[in-house]
Amino acid sequence: MSYTDAFFYFFAALTVGSALVVTFSRSVIYAAFALLFTFLGVAGLYVLLQADFLAVAQIMVYVGGILILLLFGVMLTTRVTNAEITTGTVQGLPATVVVGILLGTLILLVSRATWNVQESLPDVTGTTTEIGERLLTTFLLPFEIAGILLLVAIMGAAMIARSTDKTKEAA
Amino acid sequence: MIESYIPIFLILAVAVVFGVVSANMSWLLGPQRPNRAKNSTYESGMEPVRTAHDRFSVKYYMVAVLFILFDIEVVFMYPWAVQYRNLGLYGFVEMVVFIGILLVGFVYVIKKGALQWD
Amino acid sequence: MIPISHYLILSAVMFTIGCAGVLTRRNAIIIFMCIELMLNSVNLTFVAFSAYLGDSAGQIIVFFVMAVAAAEAAVGLAIVLALFRNKKSVDINDVNILKW
Repeated sequence: MSYTDAFFYFFAALTVGSALVVTFSRSVIYAAFALLFTFLGVAGLYVLLQADFLAVAQIMVYVGGILILLLFGVMLTTRVTNAEITTGTVQGLPATVVVGILLGTLILLVSRATWNVQESLPDVTGTTTEIGERLLTTFLLPFEIAGILLLVAIMGAAMIARSTDKTKEAA
Repeated sequence: MIESYIPIFLILAVAVVFGVVSANMSWLLGPQRPNRAKNSTYESGMEPVRTAHDRFSVKYYMVAVLFILFDIEVVFMYPWAVQYRNLGLYGFVEMVVFIGILLVGFVYVIKKGALQWD
Repeated sequence: MIPISHYLILSAVMFTIGCAGVLTRRNAIIIFMCIELMLNSVNLTFVAFSAYLGDSAGQIIVFFVMAVAAAEAAVGLAIVLALFRNKKSVDINDVNILKW
């Protein structure tokens, strides 16, 4: 086992372990901070997969953006009367059955199939130029549509989050 | 290729170890004789009123949403900037269209008064 | 050398954990976090195939998934905030008007 393999198992363990905390911790704040480590672990895996730019983008967008937004969500919805930000779980048994079937199917599928891929990773130095090239030529239409999607999202978020009732807003 | 990331990994490891150690050092080394006055929020200061878990104003949320918008925009712009000379005017016009679309959202938010701090 | 199936199983496990969270948790914000987990696991699959096939198209798709995730988080949390304003709760069991 080479040391890059060791890195893979380290990041895999970090990702899965913190994902379990996200799902099963009772505190919303703990879940948010565990999500930070999940995102970091995935960024590490991206580096191992030679997607250097994506690793940085992962940290910028998910950790710097989405996670912050989620933490804002936690802070904005704290119950004033009840300071405890904890929640329980529901429907344990049916969920266990569904999730067990899902996981079993996926793992069976992955291990049975023969993947028509290269045996070893080609040694790429930097993916940013190729991404830039293809993003603005082959993937131009999805790129501009992503812009429109973000525009709609920002307008929707501004519309919904901002209460029209000024008296309620002050409360 | 992968080897060049080892310094980054090391600095991450050092940062985590340093943070954990220095956060727990005072708990390990210091004497612990708590009493009521010491445990109060401001020792020999004013009495705190209300709970610290107060709700934030939704105005901060709008700032965070706008931040996400420009975060994504920058992530999309970076590969374009790297390839700027090869793509030339064609790429420039595409990026102007993209930024123009997002700018409409920004103008909308300002006109809507969602960023007004009252 | 890690075979691609390791990456695929890892992302299957991540996806399942996220799915379990969506099915069992009651807090709407935690459900959001679990959806982000599932999106991340799919991204990991894309990047793994992109690397093992030597084709960067998978990585570009991950960019679009990130943009969609950001849009989803912004609008979704705005809905949660509006919900909280009306119901004083983010428990999804309190949102049951559509239930028979």
